[in-house]
Amino acid sequence: MPVKRADKTPMPVREPEMRARDFEEVNEGYCFSHAMFEAERCLRCQDPVCIDGCPVRVPIADFMHAVAAGDMHKASEILRTANPLAAICGRVCPQEAQCEMKCHMTKRFGPVAIGHLERYVSDWEMAQPLNDEVAKPWRDEKVAIIGSGPSGLVCAGELARLGYHVTVYEALHAPGGVLRYGIPEFRLPNSILDWEIASLERLGVEFVNNVIIGKTIKLDDLFSEMGYSAAFIGTGAGLPKFMGIPGESLNGVYSANEFLTRINLMQAFEFPQAETPLKVGGRVAVIGSGNTAMDAVRSALRLGAEHAMVVYRRSENEMTARIEEYEHAIEEGVEFHWLTNPIEVLGEDGWVTGLKCMRMELGEPDDSGRARPVPIEGSEFVFPVDNVVLSIGTRPNPLLSRATPGLKTHSWGGLLVDERQVETSVHRVYAGGDAVTGAATVILAAGAGKKAAEAIHSDLTADTA
Amino acid sequence: MVKILEKCQLTPITKLYRVDAPLIAKAARAGQFVIVRVREGGERIPLTITDYDAEQGVITIVVQEVGATTRRLAELEVGDHILDMVGPLGEAPDIPSGGHIVGVGGGYGSAALLCLMRELSDRGEKTTIVMGAREKDLLILADELGEICDHVEICTDDGSAGFKGFVTERLQEMIDGSPPGRPDYVIAIGPMPMMRAVEKTTAAAGIDTTASLDPLMIDGTGMCGGCRVTVGGEVKFACVDGPFFDAHEVDFDEAVSRSKMYVKEEQKAAACQRSAREVA
Ligand SMILES: Cc1cc2nc3c(=O)[nH]c(=O)nc-3n(C[C@H](O)[C@H](O)[C@H](O)COP(=O)(O)OP(=O)(O)OC[C@H]3O[C@@H](n4cnc5c(N)ncnc54)[C@H](O)[C@@H]3O)c2cc1C
Ligand code: SF4
Ligand code: FES
Repeated sequence: MPVKRADKTPMPVREPEMRARDFEEVNEGYCFSHAMFEAERCLRCQDPVCIDGCPVRVPIADFMHAVAAGDMHKASEILRTANPLAAICGRVCPQEAQCEMKCHMTKRFGPVAIGHLERYVSDWEMAQPLNDEVAKPWRDEKVAIIGSGPSGLVCAGELARLGYHVTVYEALHAPGGVLRYGIPEFRLPNSILDWEIASLERLGVEFVNNVIIGKTIKLDDLFSEMGYSAAFIGTGAGLPKFMGIPGESLNGVYSANEFLTRINLMQAFEFPQAETPLKVGGRVAVIGSGNTAMDAVRSALRLGAEHAMVVYRRSENEMTARIEEYEHAIEEGVEFHWLTNPIEVLGEDGWVTGLKCMRMELGEPDDSGRARPVPIEGSEFVFPVDNVVLSIGTRPNPLLSRATPGLKTHSWGGLLVDERQVETSVHRVYAGGDAVTGAATVILAAGAGKKAAEAIHSDLTADTA
Repeated sequence: MVKILEKCQLTPITKLYRVDAPLIAKAARAGQFVIVRVREGGERIPLTITDYDAEQGVITIVVQEVGATTRRLAELEVGDHILDMVGPLGEAPDIPSGGHIVGVGGGYGSAALLCLMRELSDRGEKTTIVMGAREKDLLILADELGEICDHVEICTDDGSAGFKGFVTERLQEMIDGSPPGRPDYVIAIGPMPMMRAVEKTTAAAGIDTTASLDPLMIDGTGMCGGCRVTVGGEVKFACVDGPFFDAHEVDFDEAVSRSKMYVKEEQKAAACQRSAREVA
């Protein structure tokens, strides 16, 4: 069969029975011949529409060309110029809703595996010897980055490349934001994040952990006392929502953020050598259907749950997780209960014993355009469970805006930005990522960090002109 | 990394540390806390800021050995470093002016009251501290508190110092008119059951009371919700909305139950720590 008509080359994965018991990465990555074959599938279209599907406009066709020619060095340069977090994005972007959805091959043979190749080339890059010289900033201005999630990391990197003194302040004891505390090792190994951070350090970026801007240092003081010329807020949307149903404070009920933080940031899977515990019983119900829910439910399996289930009030069609994670979850034995709405957490002696739910059916579309789930009367029933993990969304954390008069937000908590979508209501304070948009994606946050860096550079240049 | 500048043993299980933390010392206000992690793989635990000196860039913390992390902390000496410390966290309490303000401290709670009571005394309030411990040797910072407050009422379970009985019994006497007199406002800091008992006592007398809750915490920034407490029927995050809450509105039953979530795991961690030590 001619290459151009072949199916998408499948990603080699570890066996479900094996991988569902540990936290090692599920995907093994393409080998050289997979990569060459897959890149050869690309049609080098006259109108490469794939690029329109990419939020940071990676020139995908050029990239494919370089891979097919075996020039990994060039391929990685093309990639990194457009997307500084390519090794991460190749693993976590929802390609099926972005570049791969647009790809001309999608309808007939399945898309070119843009994400898998992005990962392949970044992994190649990470395997190359490092130049261990640390770059020195050559401009006078200092810029403070608040929060070390993808938006902050990218903004920091771009500004360091432009010669600014850049300091990243992070509230937690380790940098990375959701990439560190949220997304588990089996999907995004910490070593990759560490490599990205080390690269930024070589660009001259300074990382300061354990500092909460608004608490440890006031936003104003960054300017008035510490001499920063600009600041970027990339504080994310880390405030977990609760459902407001009875029983949510019973022991054994977690927000997905707490559940995943205990595992990823605090290594609860190594308890008791690592001292942070996590209670995972035999039956775990995770409420929600996004990436966070998939990460939580698959982590529960890995921590020994015999029945790990997803409970969601809408149907499979409305699920928001990456398709790959959903498929992996099914292979690993996660149970899915669609059109099922939790109405109460039941307990005994302070501990969770069950989750009371109602069956739903789909009605008219709601404001979001998705079919509205309507309860079926008299359909109440109980799942016996030991844990309930709530993964029904998060909001921007109000900590910094509360502590900073003049920093304006929308009523739902997102930071207000100017018509350029970068500067906040405070002069020379910029923002991007989930803190502005509400919970979104890694690549949108990365793109926002890049855009803010460009705006900071042009505004500071104008200031000194 | 935060360097330990001074260490002193207050009781066999309680240590006081002065540590080099200039940013925290500068930003701190009475009643706030920090979160520390002692080693790689260690837990993050909240500790009240007992005192702070912005000029010297130093804060004081008092640590009572209760679990694996506090025990590790207790082993650190002057010159050693605490791996991570973040803060100041939480909001300083808003204590109304005028009247007789009584701080009730149990266990390490009296240390937590130190700079708060000093601030109130400096503000010109009439202040009393009622502090309790099982026995005389377990009382902490009684002299320091004595210098700050107008009155110090010491209570011990065994009567080895001061009043024999619980802080709540002494508090009840004061409510009934025994000198230094009926409180107009009570601040309770200490173990959950003590705070709950104080709340019951002052509720019956209709005295406004605030309690400093210390549920289990991880991040301390409002990100995990693990520190949630129900206050007046609403879910609050103690790390950002607290730690001080109207004691009469707090669901203490729930808070006590949640605080015991990992009792078994804590024993396991402690056992693991012990066996690691025996091997070493
Ligand atoms: C479990 C999980 C799985 C996900 N999976 C995917 C996926 O597969 N694909 C995808 O594209 N997206 C995914 N997302 C979404 C994605 O991770 C986020 O959209 C992205 O991380 C947002 O980046 P950010 O830079 O805005 O902030 P964040 O990553 O949220 O980082 C913000 C950082 O700022 C710090 N901070 C907050 N306030 C302060 C302060 N005042 N001072 C100092 N520091 C502060 C926080 O501690 C945090 O480290 C997932 C999210 C979660 C939670
Ligand atoms: S649309 Fe698909 S086939 Fe066309 S250039 Fe992009 S990746 Fe290649
Ligand atoms: S400690 Fe995590 S929200 Fe309070």
